[in-house]
Amino acid sequence: MNRPSGLLRRVVPFPLLFLALLAMWLLLQQSLAPGHIVLGSLVALGATWVMTALDPQPARLKRPTAMLRLALRVLVDVFRSNLAVGTIILRGNRHSDHAGFMTVQLDLRNEYGLAVLAIILTCTPGTLWVNHDPTRGTLLLHVLDLVDEQSWIDLIKHRYERLLMEIFE
Amino acid sequence: MSNAPLLPLWAAILVGTLVVLGAAIALIGSIGLLRLNSFYARVHAPTLGATLGVGGILIGSMVCFSVLQSRPLIHEVLIALFVTITTPVTLMLLARASLHRDRVEGNPEVPQSDLASLERRDG
Repeated sequence: MNRPSGLLRRVVPFPLLFLALLAMWLLLQQSLAPGHIVLGSLVALGATWVMTALDPQPARLKRPTAMLRLALRVLVDVFRSNLAVGTIILRGNRHSDHAGFMTVQLDLRNEYGLAVLAIILTCTPGTLWVNHDPTRGTLLLHVLDLVDEQSWIDLIKHRYERLLMEIFE
Repeated sequence: MSNAPLLPLWAAILVGTLVVLGAAIALIGSIGLLRLNSFYARVHAPTLGATLGVGGILIGSMVCFSVLQSRPLIHEVLIALFVTITTPVTLMLLARASLHRDRVEGNPEVPQSDLASLERRDG
């Protein structure tokens, strides 16, 4: 992938990031005027050059159907956990006594997969990603409704982790 | 400046419902921030506002301005994207900083090792 477009890669190190940033700029400006395209390209180019200093691992995404399924699952779970956490809050103090920490053994090793899992878990009300140990692959979670530990493990392992491994590994 | 009277009735009802629903969910999240009793439990509460709360208000805004200007306006998607990425990162930072402090202080409420619940399960 690097060789055929060597010069292009040197000028625009991350073409997809460049396009995404340009699209974001144009959306924010609500305009397709040439001036905005030039200015947006300069900003995007600057950001991609800064990105080379971070030297990120190359990410390969596979199986777009798996991505779509994951997005749908997360959407459904966000609705369900909003309801669950909302009722816990409105019912009063005593129910938050079930809150607690738990550990999950993860098989997912890809750092982008882990980043996506961290955002999914923290963004969903009721679960909070606290600490991940990359050498042992253990994840410390805080759960608001920790009645059945096994059901949370099943949720993470079967509902999210398997799809994330299909996408990133 | 007020364009609200120009909205057709169906759009006004839809936008109103979405915005009030989103605001109500954000309010429940804020009540949780007040009522839940430990720091780690309270961190869960604002995610209500950051997911469905923001979602309802932004979809309402998209419908409202798309109908008013008769063209699809989707830059609210950017707001949703920024909120869903930055909120969890902030919450994780807060939780990890708090865990570190609690472990240093030897607070019995938090597990000293990441493996605490694995050991409990395996007996």
